[in-house]
Amino acid sequence: MPGLISPVDCLHLTIEIGGMPIRVNTTDADFLGMLQNRYAGFVGSSESAAIEFDIDLFAPGFVDPRADLRVTQHAGKWSLERGDFRAEWEPARRTGAIRQSANPYSIDAVLRIVHTLVLAQEGGFLLHAASAIRNGKAFLFAGVSGAGKTTISRLAPSDATLLTDEISYVRKDVRKDARKHDHGYVAHGTPFTGELAKLGENVSAPISALYLLAQGPENRIDPVAPGEAARELLANVLFFAEDQELVQRAFHAACEFVSRVPVSRLTFVPDARVWEMIG
Amino acid sequence: MSRLYIARNARVAARKLDGEMMIMSGQDSTLFTLNKTATIIWQAADGATPLDEIVERRICPEYEVEPAAALQDAETLARELAAHGILDVSENPIISVNSSPANPLAGESR
Repeated sequence: MPGLISPVDCLHLTIEIGGMPIRVNTTDADFLGMLQNRYAGFVGSSESAAIEFDIDLFAPGFVDPRADLRVTQHAGKWSLERGDFRAEWEPARRTGAIRQSANPYSIDAVLRIVHTLVLAQEGGFLLHAASAIRNGKAFLFAGVSGAGKTTISRLAPSDATLLTDEISYVRKDVRKDARKHDHGYVAHGTPFTGELAKLGENVSAPISALYLLAQGPENRIDPVAPGEAARELLANVLFFAEDQELVQRAFHAACEFVSRVPVSRLTFVPDARVWEMIG
Repeated sequence: MSRLYIARNARVAARKLDGEMMIMSGQDSTLFTLNKTATIIWQAADGATPLDEIVERRICPEYEVEPAAALQDAETLARELAAHGILDVSENPIISVNSSPANPLAGESR
């Protein structure tokens, strides 16, 4: 009796952000195409995936993506839940599953959360900040919505490479050949966009400075005391987990960062001359 | 009058940045900055040294204040820190693996 059971094609895509490849498996070709477009420039090699997610799509219906997010850990397994998705991830097995409808926003949220969890373990973080590379060095521009992340990104000169206008990816620099005058952190490009709606370049560079953004009547750079820098940095770090140990790790990561990377307040008027002070 | 013992809560992370003691609650991620007196008390809170001894040895020489008045202020401060989950307060010595003076959570930068 042929035809009772037919094989289901498993399609996959590896999304590599911050040098961390995550493979997603789906049986839906249209959804795969959507992901290929969404993460264009961040598609990596499936053989080297650090984490693998099976995606189970359900029919679209009413879901509230603004519903409370819960990220919890139990018995070595992370559970991620919001109105529009439900995901599990077991770090020891490097596998997980995502249940969502065929939309790009739910998986985007899952990826952000997973990256924050991985980065927290190694002293890095995702930051509400625009970032760009100029003269081989990366510069971060942190601030809440309206602080000027999109504006400073839009004003970037042609010799600057935009990494993101919204969510910066910060990792500790573990390269043996890291230059001595670098501050020990690297910024990577991300596909996480803000108002500019333009994906960052998938490149990286040592972080030279963090600027806390403020808009004002003149362009100026003022030093920020380490305590204040840590407070403002922590206010802009993306962190979702209800996990005591990870909260402590995130705190120490922020303190470590401000003790090594110069942090200043960048007040600017919205025109391109502000970039004369950067790089 | 019973003596008061204080110990750093194991559920907080602490770091001294450029002389400023910052503490984050692991429970609700609330961030605190301690003033100089609170920092002295927090750093000395090993669970074994009574608060009156901390006041006598660490606070009175620093501020040239009467021990009785300083102890009253320190008790008020210790209970405030306890209310925020930063310190544990007891009328008996507090035995905790995190109460050693060399608390690894209390890093220092710059």
